[in-house]
Amino acid sequence: MRFLHAESTKLRTLPGTGWLLLAVVALTVAVGSAAAAAVTCQATGCGQDPAKAILSGIDLSQAVVAILAVLAISGEYSTGMIRVTLTAMPRRIAVLTAKAVVVTGLVLAAGAVGVLASVLAGRLILPGRGFTAVHGYATLSLGNGADLRAAAGSVLYLALIGLLTLGIATAVRDSAVAIGLTLGLLYLFPVIASALDPHWSRHLQQIGPMSAGLDIQATTGLHNLPLSPWAGLGVLAAWAAAALLAGGLLLRWRDA
Amino acid sequence: MTAMMYRPGVQAGHDGFAQLLWAEWVKFRTVRGWVIGMIVAVLAIVALGLGPSMRGTCGQNGPASGCAGPVGPGGEAVTDSFYFVHRPLAGNGDITVRVTSLTGQIPTLSGGTQNGLAPWAKAGIIIKASTRQGSAYAAMMVTGRHGVRMQYDYTGDTPGLAGSISAASPRWLRLTRSGGTLTGYDSANGTRWTRVGTVTLARLALTVQGGLFATSPQYAQTSVGLSSVYGGPSRVTGVFDHLSLRGGWPGGGWTGRAIGAAGGPAAGSPGGFGESAGRFTVTGTGDIAPTVSGADGNGVTIAQTLIGAFAGLIVMVVVGVMFMTAEYRRGLIRVTLAATPRRGRVLAAKAVVIGAVTFAAGLVASAIVVTLGQRVLRGNGVYVWPVTALTEVRVIVGTAAVLAAASVIALAIGTVLRRSAAAVAAVIVVIVLPYLLTVAVPILPAGPTDWLARVTPAAAFAVQQTLIQYPQVSNVYAPSAGYYPLAPWAGFAVLCAWVAVALGLAAYLLRRRDA
Repeated sequence: MRFLHAESTKLRTLPGTGWLLLAVVALTVAVGSAAAAAVTCQATGCGQDPAKAILSGIDLSQAVVAILAVLAISGEYSTGMIRVTLTAMPRRIAVLTAKAVVVTGLVLAAGAVGVLASVLAGRLILPGRGFTAVHGYATLSLGNGADLRAAAGSVLYLALIGLLTLGIATAVRDSAVAIGLTLGLLYLFPVIASALDPHWSRHLQQIGPMSAGLDIQATTGLHNLPLSPWAGLGVLAAWAAAALLAGGLLLRWRDA
Repeated sequence: MTAMMYRPGVQAGHDGFAQLLWAEWVKFRTVRGWVIGMIVAVLAIVALGLGPSMRGTCGQNGPASGCAGPVGPGGEAVTDSFYFVHRPLAGNGDITVRVTSLTGQIPTLSGGTQNGLAPWAKAGIIIKASTRQGSAYAAMMVTGRHGVRMQYDYTGDTPGLAGSISAASPRWLRLTRSGGTLTGYDSANGTRWTRVGTVTLARLALTVQGGLFATSPQYAQTSVGLSSVYGGPSRVTGVFDHLSLRGGWPGGGWTGRAIGAAGGPAAGSPGGFGESAGRFTVTGTGDIAPTVSGADGNGVTIAQTLIGAFAGLIVMVVVGVMFMTAEYRRGLIRVTLAATPRRGRVLAAKAVVIGAVTFAAGLVASAIVVTLGQRVLRGNGVYVWPVTALTEVRVIVGTAAVLAAASVIALAIGTVLRRSAAAVAAVIVVIVLPYLLTVAVPILPAGPTDWLARVTPAAAFAVQQTLIQYPQVSNVYAPSAGYYPLAPWAGFAVLCAWVAVALGLAAYLLRRRDA
């Protein structure tokens, strides 16, 4: 508890934290709404997943979550604060765990606000773009199992991105390298998958943390997904666990 | 060399900027991580460009399927498949016909077919050097949605009478051959004729093939996002009467033949024709046009080999940001600025150094992957669109320039934000995310995608464009298929504008703020 309190005080009092959380909410809603407002249905059908469109702000806000998670640990290394932290709390794994809990809590909170606001925006925007019963779309609603999975899954997705980044940042310590590695890991898989033939492309989409994790947002065409929604989120969870494990072991073995 | 190094206390003279450049270069090359970063960037570009085992289908689905198609008189890759009802024409002559109906089938979203016309469904009269695919031709035709056209040698296209046709509003077409010169006429009533165009076909033999044809291209439609492209072959049926021939048409009957049916884009029946009491019905599928890439076409461009540039770009952005933020973290910035009080020059020197280093690294890497990567792809049976040497150089140099510009933006944003994490994330997001949304995984419809590919820094990837858009060929001309809305260097200019804005802001803030 003491660890948690210490870590939450540190992260809370960093000058950027509040702005970053606000940016997570704002970008999730703004980008998702813009994307949803850009899609239109034609007479032949929509061919688009309404939940994926309105939640596409996650593509961008995950980068902000990554910044937040990097700052939670790299800031300590760049200022030398880490030595004070580890002197005060010599159980290093407990320190990392406390950081993970605090980051997860903040990201879950901001993510939930952003996703809920996006869903509300979607209820306003999507029917006007043709996602109506005429085309076979029910109104976006958290009472609907698939929509709830997409919304709750997107919040969990952001939290897992936070943990993945925290693990990477603990392992590599430098903030620029950590954020570059994280965003490379997220964005490069889909970019490279697009250049490969379908067989390899599908495999890359199954193992890429972003492409697999975002399968959770799918509410239509589930049989065409490279992975089922929860399995996809599971792949991201595995990445996050591996990164945290690597970070934790390095934190324990290395001199600070 | 040490004599040239910047020494505090020595007043910068005429060559002050050169000394500053040298000082920044020394800073760069003595940080092992940055040098390693550049090497990693080059290796990543090369490994991803040569490594991924993209396999082609060249020759796997029948002879020459998925390989390079026929080549037109101008040397460009062409599609040349249609149903041809022909007979020889020796010497000069002309052919006149009335088209009374044009109907067809197009594919639906669910995978079936429905009645409808592809916009560039074509039926009409054609005079062609031979029945060989890719041979020279001139044709007068009615189209699904573009009125009467005169087309010749695949890339030539001249509009005639507008409007769709029906029994109540038929179209008369005439094609006249005089030596190597072919002239097309159209008419709404068969009495008042208008010349549509005249073309001279090179090296036309005395005997050519002439007659009726029908063809309808691959039909593709994006439903909402560009990622959901659906389509397939379409068919068209033209009904002709009042066929009259004058000049050197030897006797004999008409021969029906599907040109380019094997290995062409059209699956299923290649079409056919019927004749009764002077009324001809011709059904065909395919296209007579330059080949295009993307949803309607096949093959990849040399930009395919440069996919690793994104990995390289991310590494270079990290190094570019650190080249500035490292000074802040260590407090070195105060020494640097004390030594060179003109802060704008410090920024300029850093920009030149990081830009030159990333340009050189990018040039080496892209030259390797573009030249070797093409061979790997061709060896795997992938059809790679041919480009001229000049275009190849433009793609290589352009990609290196994009990487250099990205690292300079990174430097500038690093100066503005002074925080590594936020700066790296900001630069990656503004460059890579638009690319992801427009080219790699285009979830947005054509309009916003086009807009993103024009105004965001990702517009610069237009330097990798090697394909030509043809207005007379329906295709999804989207960045994801290798067609960018901006011309190559215009797209790069957009990125340069971003560089200028970022550098301007950085210089302003660097001067105004305490270090």
